[in-house]
Amino acid sequence: MTDNNEKRYIISVLVENEFGSLSRIAGLFSARGYNIHCLNVAPTNDESISRMTIVTMCNEQKINQVMKQLDKLVDIVNVKDLTEETHIEREMLLLKLKCNKNQREELKRLVDIFRARIIDVTDTTYTVELTGASEKILAFVNSMGKIKIIEMVRSGALGISRGRDSLENIKRG
Amino acid sequence: MKLSGSEIIIECLKKEGVEYIFGYPGGAVLHIYDALFNTDKIKHVLVRHEQGATHAADGYARACGKPGVVLVTSGPGITNCVTGLATAHMDSIPMIVISGQVSRQYVGSDAFQEADATGITRPITKHNFLIDSRESIAEVFKKAFKIATTGRPGPVLIDIPKDLTDPKVKISFSYPKKINLRSYKPAIRESREKIDEVAELISKAKKPMIYTGGGVILGNAHKHLYSLVKKLNYPITNTLMGLGGYPATDNQFLGMLGMHGTYEANMAMHDCDVLLAIGARFDDRVTGDTSKFCPSAKIIHIDVDPSSISKIISVDHSLVGETAFILKQLNKSLDRYIKKIDTKSIDKWWRKIEKWKKKKCLDYKKSKDIIKPQQVIETLYEITKGNAFVTSDVGQHQMWAAQYYKFDKPNRWINSGGLGTMGFGLPAAMGVKLAYPKSEVVCVTGEASILMCIQELATCLQYHLPIKIVNLNNRYMGMVRQWQEFFYEGRYAMSYMEALPDFCKLSTSFGHIGIQIDKPNELEVKMKEAMKMKNRLVFIDIITDQEENVYPMIKSGQAHNEMHLSPTNEDTELA
Ligand SMILES: Cc1ncc(C[n+]2csc(CCOP(=O)(O)OP(=O)(O)O)c2C)c(N)n1
Ligand SMILES: [Mg+2]
Repeated sequence: MTDNNEKRYIISVLVENEFGSLSRIAGLFSARGYNIHCLNVAPTNDESISRMTIVTMCNEQKINQVMKQLDKLVDIVNVKDLTEETHIEREMLLLKLKCNKNQREELKRLVDIFRARIIDVTDTTYTVELTGASEKILAFVNSMGKIKIIEMVRSGALGISRGRDSLENIKRG
Repeated sequence: MKLSGSEIIIECLKKEGVEYIFGYPGGAVLHIYDALFNTDKIKHVLVRHEQGATHAADGYARACGKPGVVLVTSGPGITNCVTGLATAHMDSIPMIVISGQVSRQYVGSDAFQEADATGITRPITKHNFLIDSRESIAEVFKKAFKIATTGRPGPVLIDIPKDLTDPKVKISFSYPKKINLRSYKPAIRESREKIDEVAELISKAKKPMIYTGGGVILGNAHKHLYSLVKKLNYPITNTLMGLGGYPATDNQFLGMLGMHGTYEANMAMHDCDVLLAIGARFDDRVTGDTSKFCPSAKIIHIDVDPSSISKIISVDHSLVGETAFILKQLNKSLDRYIKKIDTKSIDKWWRKIEKWKKKKCLDYKKSKDIIKPQQVIETLYEITKGNAFVTSDVGQHQMWAAQYYKFDKPNRWINSGGLGTMGFGLPAAMGVKLAYPKSEVVCVTGEASILMCIQELATCLQYHLPIKIVNLNNRYMGMVRQWQEFFYEGRYAMSYMEALPDFCKLSTSFGHIGIQIDKPNELEVKMKEAMKMKNRLVFIDIITDQEENVYPMIKSGQAHNEMHLSPTNEDTELA
């Protein structure tokens, strides 16, 4: 279903680091027909909790439901929609490129402009690392032009709110 | 105290005050069964199919409010519970299902009778656990009972690998008194400001309507609801799940609403200017076409589950918390706004409703030759004086039971409203009978539904459960036939019940009594006779009119004011 009021939302989730938590969340999205644009999950400084960043495309009514349904899952400690507040987003890209001699200078120039890094080289390939907001990642990928992409890996967005705010590791009743 | 995993499980259940376990043994739970053998505190009810265990536990919970407990083996044991879990989940029924799992060293190896129980049941439980150490058993049980019974209740599955129940390995045991779940904090009450705001809006209504669902019953809020409704003198309707939440014989009650709701309830929904929804979830069988739902109403929603708010219908005000608590708060606040009620407008509204009532939408024509199904339910109501616990299956008989049996008390009407599970009625009645052995328990069913869990007749004999089964035998999957008549030009594909058993002989072979009634003039006498046999299960097979349909009916895509009425009263003039 396409919907003209759809927009991009970025959500942070704190979840008990327990058996099946990830599949509970993934299952909720698929069962209720919510889309997951990307999802990132990893442990935090509190080893009993993992943090997820989920990016989803939907309309306003649906995002309210997504938030409430996530909050309802017993494993979820806290959920926050970062979209509307000032927040920082970063994503990491690893790109393996096939690069002939004539293209090397061009690639180095692009790497400089985007502040990317070349992290591996062979006689025919370059592997590049880039960190930034998703738009920057996309702009970089789109600027490859004739340089052939052999492999592309993205972490998906990571989000954190600006300033002093933090996601509490307790749910308020 | 040093105990084995199995003994710990039994101790946990005792600590939780569990009276009954509904179960069926198998390899992965034999250690647990062995531990159960040594206790007489908890009674085990051996069902004849695990689906029956889940529905029986469910019926028990619906009737008495305590969580139902189920014990089954791994693999096919737990997969047989899927329908029962989904049924309980849809209707928010507190239930604990304990399933054995293959020993930890075999998990994930496609071992004999291995099934991914937590994976399979994840979307149909409120929560589930796979226990991974002996030390965590007690804590998991404490959490499971808390989760199942608080907030919006629901079924919880506990999957336990066989090696953790080994009688030879013992550890020290103590049951936690309290458990803190930082990630689980159901809402309880609302702020005074929000309550007052709602009270004021309610008091300003000119054409108010109150619509309540299963949440009032689950939340034990019927008394507060009664005070509220009486205080306001507003009309009230119940959903299928909410019947009994408000006394059906009270004159402010307009009957059930929705697809097969009454004319007056649905018309009042459509015309109201303030709708107060309590513990109801705007199910599609209730709303009809959502774009035409209560078009001119300000909507207030009270519910324990925040995710129910504005899920289907976007509401103007919401109060999230336990229904009993919120209604208590609201009643207090209303006392201060009650003077504001425009009683003239309310009287005028009542006059309009009285006109709708005159339509007598549940009227039907009796016949000398064939028993009408509605008549059976009315007779049952009279014989039992409205005091029975009535379980049902799914189909026309379910709707007739809901329409014609007037429930004055909560927890008496026990049906699978959300999932619509055929096969629910008989095992659910067993659970109810165990909860209230002295009360009359009747299962209203159809000849198709009853066959789905018929094996439980054996359980009824073993545990002496003298239920009365009222089979509205129309030789059709009546509800399917009705839809085929309306929407498929009468092409009755696969809805005729061929090769039916002789139900009387069938129940006799299970050790019970079977009687058949097919003449209208014998209906009352014979039903009375059957009901008099207090100590026996009686299967009352009633041959009813095959072609009878359930009315009124809102067809899909239609609004509340676009009901189809029965031919009997279609010609009466519209108010
Ligand atoms: C397990 C299951 N399968 C299929 C259905 C679909 N269904 C709904 S009502 C019905 C017919 C029920 O027939 P019967 O029990 O004879 O009741 P009647 O409608 O005739 O009163 C069917 C097949 C269902 N609700 N549950
Ligand atoms: Mg039938």
